[in-house]
Amino acid sequence: MFSSSSLPIQPLCIRIIQPSNLIKRMSVTLQCPGYPEDTLRSLAERLPCRETQLATLLALMGQPDQYSYPSVFIYGHRATGKSHVVLSIMKDLELPHASVDCVECVSSGLLFHQVLSAFFGPDAAALLPRCPSLSDFVRLYKQMSSNSPATQTRYIILDRAERMRDMDFSLLPALLRLQELVNDNVTVILLSEIVWEKFRPNTGCFEPLLFHFPDYSKAELVQILSWDHHPSYTPELYASYINILLGVFFSVCRDLRELRHLAVLNFSKFCEPLEKGEAKESDIHKLWKNIEPHLQRAMQTVYLREVSSVQWEQQQMDEKEATTLRVLSAHAHIELPYYSKFLLIAAYLASFNPARTDRRFFLKSHGKIRKTNFLKKHEKTSNHLLGPKPFPLDRLMAIFYSVVDSRVAPTASVFSQISSLVTLQLLSQVGHDDQLDSPKYKCSVSLDFILAISRCVCVCVRLLDLLALSLVIQSQVVRQERSLFTAVSNLHLL
Amino acid sequence: MWTPEIRHVASRKYAGQWREITGPAPVKMSKRRSAALTGAQGISLAQKLLRERLCHQKLPDQPVGLDSQYKYLLELLRRTAVHGESNSVLIVGPRGSGKTMLLGCVLRELMSLKEAQKNVLLVELNGLLQTDDKIALKEITRQLHLENVVGDKVFGSFAENLAFLLEALKKGDKSSSRPVLFVLDEFDLFAHHKNQTLLYNLLDVSQSAQTPVAVLGLTCRLDVLELLEKRVKSRFSHRQIHLFSSLSFAQYLDVVRAQLSLPPDFPDPKFSDEWNHSVTKLCEDKTVEEILRRNFNGSKDFRSLHSLLFLAVSRVSVSHSTLREADLIEAWRLISVDSKANVLHGLSILELCLIIAMKHLNDTYDGEPFNFQMVHNEFKKFIQRKSHSIHKFEKPVVMKAFEHLLQLELVRPVDSGVCKVQREYQLMRLMLEHGQVMEALQKYPQCPTDVKQWALSAFG
Repeated sequence: MFSSSSLPIQPLCIRIIQPSNLIKRMSVTLQCPGYPEDTLRSLAERLPCRETQLATLLALMGQPDQYSYPSVFIYGHRATGKSHVVLSIMKDLELPHASVDCVECVSSGLLFHQVLSAFFGPDAAALLPRCPSLSDFVRLYKQMSSNSPATQTRYIILDRAERMRDMDFSLLPALLRLQELVNDNVTVILLSEIVWEKFRPNTGCFEPLLFHFPDYSKAELVQILSWDHHPSYTPELYASYINILLGVFFSVCRDLRELRHLAVLNFSKFCEPLEKGEAKESDIHKLWKNIEPHLQRAMQTVYLREVSSVQWEQQQMDEKEATTLRVLSAHAHIELPYYSKFLLIAAYLASFNPARTDRRFFLKSHGKIRKTNFLKKHEKTSNHLLGPKPFPLDRLMAIFYSVVDSRVAPTASVFSQISSLVTLQLLSQVGHDDQLDSPKYKCSVSLDFILAISRCVCVCVRLLDLLALSLVIQSQVVRQERSLFTAVSNLHLL
Repeated sequence: MWTPEIRHVASRKYAGQWREITGPAPVKMSKRRSAALTGAQGISLAQKLLRERLCHQKLPDQPVGLDSQYKYLLELLRRTAVHGESNSVLIVGPRGSGKTMLLGCVLRELMSLKEAQKNVLLVELNGLLQTDDKIALKEITRQLHLENVVGDKVFGSFAENLAFLLEALKKGDKSSSRPVLFVLDEFDLFAHHKNQTLLYNLLDVSQSAQTPVAVLGLTCRLDVLELLEKRVKSRFSHRQIHLFSSLSFAQYLDVVRAQLSLPPDFPDPKFSDEWNHSVTKLCEDKTVEEILRRNFNGSKDFRSLHSLLFLAVSRVSVSHSTLREADLIEAWRLISVDSKANVLHGLSILELCLIIAMKHLNDTYDGEPFNFQMVHNEFKKFIQRKSHSIHKFEKPVVMKAFEHLLQLELVRPVDSGVCKVQREYQLMRLMLEHGQVMEALQKYPQCPTDVKQWALSAFG
């Protein structure tokens, strides 16, 4: 159908004019004999900012009846358009292709099945035995292709190819040289986020052609995001909205999909002053003042997927100013019994303070305070950076009794709360389950959580001082021994 | 009743190349047409030819620089095919040095001998495809066309099965059995099978002179003999053909010229003359020579050369119809780019700051593994003391950026299995070098100056 002799062969010049007049005009020449001119033009229009990559890919593919390189590896960040460009080319130019997502292929048999049924129909795929090996696949492919040889290059597109490293070790090297193994005009295109150096097997393999899809620059992101502007507002308004959004989010995230999602979610809030009549479209500064704190809050909630987009939209409709957003992470709204909170605080102190300092902090009278370097050299960096240290149960109980303000009897109800804390994964048990006489634990929560809890508890000043001390140790800059001194001595005056 | 089918099987792969030896085989249409094709058609035909040569690895008429190996191998196989002598040989060479090409050329010439053409059976196995001895045995049965003979028989062991197959080959011709050539591609992978049964049995047959059998192994591992078991190694004849490219740079340039030139039987002689002339001029150009020299210094094998030339040839089109040095320069640029630098170019500023923090930790602590908490600490120090343009981000946002770096495999956990440790405290390593980070910073678009200063400062 696409043989070179039947189509008029002329050079093609395609001019692309961007819809928004904020972007400068770009003109691209796509010269590809063997493919119809208008399809190429519409294809180029659908792929903004990817014209160079499209041209290079078409040049690599060549005319349909010519051979192409056996394997091509396309890499680039997420949402840079790799799958979109390749699949659009395949669909628009109607090339025989098999598109497989490697995440779906739990076993290699699924991959073989998809490839064979895409090229030769489902009957061919049914000929595969139960657990097909690579040998069966190659044999069947050779058999089918000798019955129906390829008039055009066939393409096998493997998306998320990094998953192939976890499949059979011989699958990746074999697919890279499939053209040679089956003696047919087939090209394998691998798409991935990860660079090729991490794919190479130990003893080497057939090296594919490497091709990079660069990330979008800020101007290109504005151009692409402006494409889905709301019909009832002007494109310039939408473009200025996108600029504001990128001003907040661009330094954190350059993923096109995330930015699009955020743009769609927050546009109604942006247009609120316009609808209420408080501002005109040209009052960019006012609109910015309205939306900017909203976007900052979005960064902490929707961007982190702490709230779902439905909840976010409902929040906007409720129009309350300082609502605390109900976030997903359990830590914000967990309810613990009274003694559990103290147990948790005691566990945090036990994890992050070295055992030598317990005497000084938790005993009411311990004798003279000597001016010694109470932090050993190796501990200065390690306390809050290497993570919590395990502590035995006895130490936990000792700290607990000194922290709790009332007298507590060591009953089973107190101990059972420790097990509940382990189940809630706020504490974690270290060591074997069988160790019954002196189990060891570790605190798995962060300081922010502990501070949040201790604010809820009506805790006395002394406890806050303890936590403050813990913070000082954490900051690993024990500037003046003297100031610490005074803090410790003040503690014991209470 | 055996002969016609088997001859077809043996010569199937080399059928195309047969015709090249026996007679000319250009496109039929062009024989009728006299001289000139239009420019576009000429280019299209030239592209087709060059692509077949560069991508599809069409066998050349004579392998370059491998004369002694070629003669040796041909003689060895001729002795098996014609005189019925059993042999085993290993062809060893790095990837892309021409092992399959050499074997292909030798087999092509072998099959042109009349006696070999009638008798010889060819069985081709590949270590990547036949990952198990059972699969390999089925493949051998299939390639010898003995499925009907075997039928549903159950054999006690591999050796019995193989002996039966070889015995079955005798039945057609009562006097002696037909010689079989076993070609084992990726030979080192066969050495990883259980007990190395296939190798043992094949080499055993080659030693015991029942059937004339030649076992040819192709491998890229130089230490392949160490992989073999003692009993297998003792049955191997220890013949190795090494393919280390001994081309000088001048010969390399000749190869380039030969690969890019159109053959003399091209339908449009005027076009092919112009093309060949431009190719010769191109090879004399200084910049092109520089690029080829850099490629030659990197690796002498033909595969990397083919990918470079292919990228250049693919840019030839109707608007610029000859190969120019700009094409080669662009092709070289595409090949020699650092892919991690490309990845670093697309990171957000927050992620870049995290990478710089990790670099500082590496410098301070001499490559010790770090965890997220330490990186966050470094980042906070930068924000508090030196930064004007980056404002403070919440810890979960920084964590998300860190996890993106994990996904891109720029940072890797030290022990990937253990998940008892909290995410923030899991030890990691940075998979980038100091030099790569600094270079990426130079190329990063609109990098804030305080970030650059921070990266260049010695102690964070």
